[in-house]
Amino acid sequence: MATGHEAAANAPNAGEYVVHHLTQLNTSGHAQASIVDFSVINLDTLFFSILMGVLGLLFMFRVAKNASAGVPGRVQAALEILLEMVDSQAKAIIHNKQSRQFVAPLGLTVFVWIFLMNSMDFLPVDLLPRIWQSITGNPHAFLRVVPTADLNGTLGMSLGVLVLCVWYNIKVKGLGGWIHELFTAPFGNHPLLYLPNFLMQMIEFLSKTVSHGMRLFGNMYAGELLFMLIALMGAAYGGSEGATGPLLWIGHVLAGSAWAVFHILIVLLQAFIFMMLALVYIGQAHEGH
Amino acid sequence: MNLNATLFAQLVVFFILAWFTMKFVWPPIMKALDERATKIADGLAAAERGRHSLELASKHSAESVREGKEKAAEVIAQAEKRAQEIIEAAKVQAKTEADKVVAGSKAEIEQEAARVKESLRERVAELAVAGAEKILRREVDAKAHASILAAIKQDL
Repeated sequence: MATGHEAAANAPNAGEYVVHHLTQLNTSGHAQASIVDFSVINLDTLFFSILMGVLGLLFMFRVAKNASAGVPGRVQAALEILLEMVDSQAKAIIHNKQSRQFVAPLGLTVFVWIFLMNSMDFLPVDLLPRIWQSITGNPHAFLRVVPTADLNGTLGMSLGVLVLCVWYNIKVKGLGGWIHELFTAPFGNHPLLYLPNFLMQMIEFLSKTVSHGMRLFGNMYAGELLFMLIALMGAAYGGSEGATGPLLWIGHVLAGSAWAVFHILIVLLQAFIFMMLALVYIGQAHEGH
Repeated sequence: MNLNATLFAQLVVFFILAWFTMKFVWPPIMKALDERATKIADGLAAAERGRHSLELASKHSAESVREGKEKAAEVIAQAEKRAQEIIEAAKVQAKTEADKVVAGSKAEIEQEAARVKESLRERVAELAVAGAEKILRREVDAKAHASILAAIKQDL
């Protein structure tokens, strides 16, 4: 879309390329200026997370609607294996049948949803942003396609788990029982220990939630960043002299394939870890200290 | 790495998706799984019942066979006994019959002998008379001895 001379003048350098890729498409129309600004919503994160959630759930819904108690088809059998896996984990962690009716499906949702969102990483890093840029006609339009590489996406989910923890704490122990526990555990029931206990509990809740969201975010963000750096190698093809260009291009292909293969593991593992931690945290809410 | 209201939107989406799964995905599949488990359990129980009834039937048939054999042996023994009896009776009957026949023949023979004796006696007298006639015809005048001959005739 541009001649070589213009491209050389307009082409972003490596830093600009990465920063551009790491900037969200949001409601403000430009990159978010401050670290925290609750008047802004990331449209790309929201769009792709809802898209992935709806795709995953509709797929499972179709299978579930046609589920037969007789000989299952392959897709049904695969989904049943997944369901049994989540169900057995939930049963081992949460010893409350009534809570499991919601928490086990929640675990399945989280697993499938996060797996699909993480899998957006497998698309070439420039594919969807480039399409979006040609749709909008703005060559500088921002778009990030991995919702879990956005801290808002992962912290949103871990906040959801925190809300559930509070809800089940109150539901299982009663409001009074929970407040009592907040001040008397983990160090013991003594007036001098009330404050340390409470502080400890607050730190615990905060660290659980933040680490829960940050773990997934960090993994996916790093993965995305690495894909961008690998893509930069290929992008250097045109600009380099002599044999460096083709070598970089080959390096792009090799490193990109290797990282994508390894990333499959991370994608699946992080989805599983997020689900397991959600179950564990909610399970802890069911148990007294 | 900026925080913004996407956080809360994502939180809401999280709960909506989880609710959807709880409502429309989890229960049908769990139901199918449970139903299949029940079906399999029923099938196993039915198989067990079938095995049991087969065992029972085979035991029953063996019993029947044994009973039949016993009955057959009994019948055979009875038949043998009956045959023996019949043979015994036939023997007795045959013996009496034979005795009767023998007795009848004996009587007949005796009768015949008596009859033969009688006729013989008659023939002997005739022969004696005829002999005597031949002897007497030469020496005796029939007219002279007519009275004697008449007396002899009368004695005979």
